[in-house]
Amino acid sequence: MSRRLWTEGLGKTFQLHLQGGLRMPVLDNVDMVVEAGECLALSGPSGAGKSTLMRCLYGNYGADRGRIWIRHDNLDVELSAADARTIREIRRRSLGYVSQFLRVIPRVSALDIVAEPVVAQGSSQAEARRRAQELLCRLNLPERLHGLPPATFSGGEQQRVNLARGFAPRYSVMLLDEPTASLDAANREVVIQLILEARRSGTALIGIFHDADVRDRIASRLFQVQPIQEPA
Amino acid sequence: MTHDPGYNFAYLDEGTKRMVRRAVLKAVSVPGHQVPFGAREMPLPYGWGTGGIQVTASILGPQDTLKVIDQGADDTTNAVSIRRFFSRVAGVRTTTRTRDATVIQTRHRIPEMPLREGQVLVYQVPMPEPLFRLEPRLSETRRMHALADYGLMHVKLYEDIARHGHVSTAYNYPVMVANRYLMSPSPIPAFDNPKMDNMPALQLFGAGREKKIYAVPPYTRVRSLDFEDHPFRPHRADAACAFCGARDSYLDEVVCDDRGGRMFICSDTDHCETRQEAAR
Amino acid sequence: MSVPLLQAEGLNLRFGTTTALDDVGLNLHPGEVVAIVGESGSGKSTLLRVLSGQLAPADGSVLYRDADGRSHPVHAMSEAALRRLMRTEWGFVHQSARDGLRMGVSAGGNVGERLMAVGARNYGGIRAQAAEWLRRVEIDDARIDDLPRVFSGGMQQRLQIARVLVSRPRLVLMDEPTGGLDVSVQAKLLDLIRNLVADLGIAVLLVTHDIAAARLLAHRILVMRHGRVVEQGLTDRVLDDPQHPYTQLLVSSVLAA
Repeated sequence: MSRRLWTEGLGKTFQLHLQGGLRMPVLDNVDMVVEAGECLALSGPSGAGKSTLMRCLYGNYGADRGRIWIRHDNLDVELSAADARTIREIRRRSLGYVSQFLRVIPRVSALDIVAEPVVAQGSSQAEARRRAQELLCRLNLPERLHGLPPATFSGGEQQRVNLARGFAPRYSVMLLDEPTASLDAANREVVIQLILEARRSGTALIGIFHDADVRDRIASRLFQVQPIQEPA
Repeated sequence: MTHDPGYNFAYLDEGTKRMVRRAVLKAVSVPGHQVPFGAREMPLPYGWGTGGIQVTASILGPQDTLKVIDQGADDTTNAVSIRRFFSRVAGVRTTTRTRDATVIQTRHRIPEMPLREGQVLVYQVPMPEPLFRLEPRLSETRRMHALADYGLMHVKLYEDIARHGHVSTAYNYPVMVANRYLMSPSPIPAFDNPKMDNMPALQLFGAGREKKIYAVPPYTRVRSLDFEDHPFRPHRADAACAFCGARDSYLDEVVCDDRGGRMFICSDTDHCETRQEAAR
Repeated sequence: MSVPLLQAEGLNLRFGTTTALDDVGLNLHPGEVVAIVGESGSGKSTLLRVLSGQLAPADGSVLYRDADGRSHPVHAMSEAALRRLMRTEWGFVHQSARDGLRMGVSAGGNVGERLMAVGARNYGGIRAQAAEWLRRVEIDDARIDDLPRVFSGGMQQRLQIARVLVSRPRLVLMDEPTGGLDVSVQAKLLDLIRNLVADLGIAVLLVTHDIAAARLLAHRILVMRHGRVVEQGLTDRVLDDPQHPYTQLLVSSVLAA
């Protein structure tokens, strides 16, 4: 078995101190696993905690209970207990995340935003730019936009820059939060191909896909995220 | 010659002279380092050489021969007054001849004739702190001296070159003494700086208002600060002395009529006269 | 795993009845950017001064590991050694350019000072490096002989950064570097810092109350309140999933960052 990312009894509760310490349980006792070459689609009603689970898996949210494990550098590393520097290392080399929204960095061109994580993995600047160029072209971002900072791009254009940034480096695990939202049919098809290629090369993927058609084509398994029953 | 019996020998009381000598000894022991001393009120205003006079008064003995120059000249008011002062209160011989003097008090020049062992050159210093225009806090300049943290002085030279194409400092050009302390040579022309290096005579510096004494012992390395690609270059007017024809001495420019006529003459009057006598 | 560049433990300090530092510890690794956030009076600037040896703690230790791998207890170092460090391996970027620049010295002189302080004596070489660093911080090198007081606030801060980075420090301490600048100018400055820091692999301790600046620059965040570190960790974790009531308040009081 080649597990890439898995959880054991994962639980997450938010405590809102500004609202009198209100406690909001979102995840409880989640056990999931994704293996190399798999694409796990999270399903469940809206508000069930799919996005929260994704953020926990990325280390963006802390896990309150249970554990998260990731295969990193041929070792099983407990992500939920790793310190900040270890998480950064895991994110740099093993764990990618594509969110719905691009975090625009002022004054940095689309090309450099995409090339940055490739450089961080050790490629030369020129190599990284070539790879960035290739992906942006594949995602049909007009070449005249490559040198511009994406702050003024449309939502769809920004999303494609974001996808290119996610797929340009090589990760062994990728988290995809609605990667095809706000894309037209042609670009949706490109993303589906990118995901299938990633699977073939052994990447383990976990995603939230609202588009049932997309989900059916790329997911190897569904994972049901159940809303927590409020105590009566 | 005897001194005026109304005063102690050389004006200062013996206790004060011992205090000044202790400061002088310490200054000689730590070349270039400014030693504070309890400067006394003198019978002439600050800026007229009160620091130099106190140093001179403290080292003068009855056998000494004193020469006093002001901008190189023995015959200006300041030089004449100080010479007359010491001949009255100490009864010492005075001279205008550099070679005859054992103690030379100077304002803003070093004599052209090389000084020899046994002679003492006493400088009048208005501002002993070479960093004062760059760093106004004395506590900070003291720390900079203690740590030999002198990058700032080079910043000043850098600024000069950036602005004027060369180091524009023509007077009071900063020097490093014995590779340790940054020192103000007092407002002598940069032309005189090389004379300080390895001088056989003892050089003492007295600042009355600022109450500091410092020294360069005989045969001490004194280096003018510079850059490799902008080496220190002493400047001299490109002319010959109108009186003695000297081409190697420091010259004063003198305006001699109302039509813009001017001439250059030696600033060191003794040097000029000696040359003129030799020519006759 | 690399060895920390700076290691602080158990720092305590009181000013009269005010607790300035209450058992503060911190490790900083080479190339790591750590932001210290908190409101005025939380002790963050005091922490910076203690870490850089300008202020002695009542208790605790700060160890700095130099380029040759030797460890120095910062508060036991001689003043001369500390100063040497301050103009070679360390750099300090102040909130006010007046504290970090010599306003009466040209831009080139300001940048060249650290080079001259460590013995550079070639005018042409110093000037060439100064020009290069002005370009790197996006100041036209034709302005090399201008005085900083004719520069805009943003340019002054960039000049301060050039002045510090010219000696290739390993550790740069920044105290509210974007404070008092217009928002658009802040963005440009932050972006510049971000790129230079990444290019040169410098470790940075950034004191700020600007959460957006911390998010953009820092790998890790320490949240301080009343002299204590109430929360610390990965930047996006602390800002997106804050645990401590004070951090939640701090994050919720900022417009979407």
